[in-house]
Amino acid sequence: MCNKKTFSLGGIHLNKHKISALSPIQEAGVPPLVYIPVKQHIGAPAQIIVKVGDKVKIGTLLAKANEGISANVHSSVAGEIKKIEEIEAENGYSEQVITIQTSADEYEEGIDNSEEINNDIPQSLEEIKELIKSAGIVGMGGAGFPTPIKTSIPENKSVQYLIINGIECEPYLTADGALMLEKPEQIVIGAKILNKVLGIQNAIIAIDENKPQAIEKITKITKRYIGVNVAVCKSKYPQGGEKQLITAITGREVPSGRLPIDVGCVVQNVATVFAVYEAVMKHKPLYERIVTVSGDTSITTAGNYRTRIGTPAEYLLDLAQTDKSKISKLLFGGPMMGTAATNLHSPINKKTGGLLVLQAQEATKPDESCCIRCGKCAEVCPVGLMPFAIASNLRRNNTAPLKALHVADCIECGSCAYTCPAKVPLLDYCKLGKYEVHKQK
Amino acid sequence: MFKISTTPHINSPVTTQSLMRDVLIALTPAIIVSLLMFGINALRVLLTSVAACVMFEYLITRYLLKAKNTTSDLSAVITGVLLAFNLPSSMPTWMILIGAFVAIGIAKIAFGGLGKNIFNPALVGRVFLFISFPVQMTQWPKPDFLSFMNTDTVTSATTLGILKHIDVSSSATIKASQVSLTELPNYWQMFIGYTGGCIGEVSALALFIGLVYMLLRRVITWHIPFYYVATFFMLTAITWFNTDNIHFEPITNILSGGLLLGAFFMATDYVTSPMTRQGQIIFAVGCGILTYIIRFYSAYPEGVSFAILIMNAFVPLIDKFTPQRVYGTKRK
Repeated sequence: MCNKKTFSLGGIHLNKHKISALSPIQEAGVPPLVYIPVKQHIGAPAQIIVKVGDKVKIGTLLAKANEGISANVHSSVAGEIKKIEEIEAENGYSEQVITIQTSADEYEEGIDNSEEINNDIPQSLEEIKELIKSAGIVGMGGAGFPTPIKTSIPENKSVQYLIINGIECEPYLTADGALMLEKPEQIVIGAKILNKVLGIQNAIIAIDENKPQAIEKITKITKRYIGVNVAVCKSKYPQGGEKQLITAITGREVPSGRLPIDVGCVVQNVATVFAVYEAVMKHKPLYERIVTVSGDTSITTAGNYRTRIGTPAEYLLDLAQTDKSKISKLLFGGPMMGTAATNLHSPINKKTGGLLVLQAQEATKPDESCCIRCGKCAEVCPVGLMPFAIASNLRRNNTAPLKALHVADCIECGSCAYTCPAKVPLLDYCKLGKYEVHKQK
Repeated sequence: MFKISTTPHINSPVTTQSLMRDVLIALTPAIIVSLLMFGINALRVLLTSVAACVMFEYLITRYLLKAKNTTSDLSAVITGVLLAFNLPSSMPTWMILIGAFVAIGIAKIAFGGLGKNIFNPALVGRVFLFISFPVQMTQWPKPDFLSFMNTDTVTSATTLGILKHIDVSSSATIKASQVSLTELPNYWQMFIGYTGGCIGEVSALALFIGLVYMLLRRVITWHIPFYYVATFFMLTAITWFNTDNIHFEPITNILSGGLLLGAFFMATDYVTSPMTRQGQIIFAVGCGILTYIIRFYSAYPEGVSFAILIMNAFVPLIDKFTPQRVYGTKRK
């Protein structure tokens, strides 16, 4: 493990707070009502094909992927559709959800719900692709980009690397780590399947150094599977960023404004790869995922829960014995890039890796003071941007130089704003800058 | 109702105030040495300067600008300590007050306050005093170890003053120079600070301890101190080898005068140094070259203050031409 890989520019060391790192995956069970959003991915919302009053089973298709970028949405429970309504999503905007009153678990035909590991990968490439597509798999690391599109390679491009992202560099989050500990072989088989889809024999599972058990387990298993290997990465934020990970593993840099495929790489999150395994080998659509409930331990018990999509946050928080009266901030996702939720009833979706609770002190943003020109924001930026320059130009309403400052390349990791000693909201300026550059086009 | 905000939801515990506090901690060894060597007069200079800087900042922001009181960020305290460090212990109190006013009122707040000033406030204060009161600014009480209450000290020349004198002396006055030569402190004296000079600059050891602390706490990176001192060392060493003139002896030149104080604590000032690594290196090399030129080829024995102030003026230009390389763009 002497050869730990990492990215070259910037990065920060965060206090990990991985309280639930070794907590086993617990069953969250079935809440009385689930709210399944029809848009849990980047692109067009799926088209609803059910109506109020319909009886559904686990795995029943509720909404069909639209043309272009979209993904299927399935039922995560058995029960009866009560409403198709607009509710307030975690980010405060309204979203369309299918509300289902649940009954005893009953599975759609063909779904293999056993724990038995199946490594007999289907021969037919078409069959595999169809299974992945119909299972509604999207990037579960947070981006929610539909996986079938990411794995269909344009004719003029070639792939050399499939990188499986097991980094989880955000503090508190342990869902991917728990999955790697408990389902290592499934992940490796999932990687084999994707290897096959991409027509390569070079999957690299990237794990950061603070997960020694997962590294050990997966390394052992990869010895039995040709074309899947493990790479150990340094614990540094944002090591799990797609471009940062590509540079760490391959030494290549994705050119500004281009995609990973332009340097021959496809990156998939471990949870996504596990979902691929389940879809192809177990015929299970993506209707559940692992969610870390964590945060301030004085008000919650941290743990990793296998959660049905559509489960309201409140249900999970109750399971974790959270004192809801003390929650000052509720986060969907990690503390660096997650969304601050406006309400307790927002449902867990395919992209939700964590539910974090913070008390008043942690949740309060510090007051901003004058920039002292320390340059630390530029030092930590993993893209090599100069956030101070972006901010000072925007303050003067000077939008002309923004493009040359490459603000469009910002990955919104928040390292600059986290680090700033004057607590200038640098990421807000970068986001504003991106918008301004977009407008100029 | 929950709090909502944009990302990130956590912030580093490092704040402007904590950084400034770390700099003050780093300055503490040099403060202790100044008290040991120059006694109560050093204490007087330090207290006057710090109190005056904080007071001027408070009065001007509060009553003249009617703005938020910014003294809690501790930057005025640092300016006060650094200004005091650049003064001889015999400096009259009223002159220190003038220096503090120039540093805070003119060099800092008139430019817009912390973060907006182009020139290092403490150095502006020092140079203003140096030009206005050249006599008082060049009388150096001899260090008098541990005789704390003794205010009646003999004055001496600084090491650099002696060297400059030797250098300009013709052969006719060689006798006088030989006398001066014996007055030169040895390396050890210069290293621990048993030598004449401004109260904060005398001890290389104390300044080094401060530097190490700042590096460990990641307040600054090693680039500016290293490139500044290294540039200056190379230039003096090359000249020394070529001319065999004792004036250029590099070790003495580094250990004496304000070079280390300047390179560790003044050139590294965030506000008045470039933002990117590449810019910082150019800035530091420039400081080294200018210090060399001023020390050896001007009328002044010392050039650190002028060198840093001149380079301060170039910072906006350096910043403009040294952007960082952006990920996914060509390496230059």
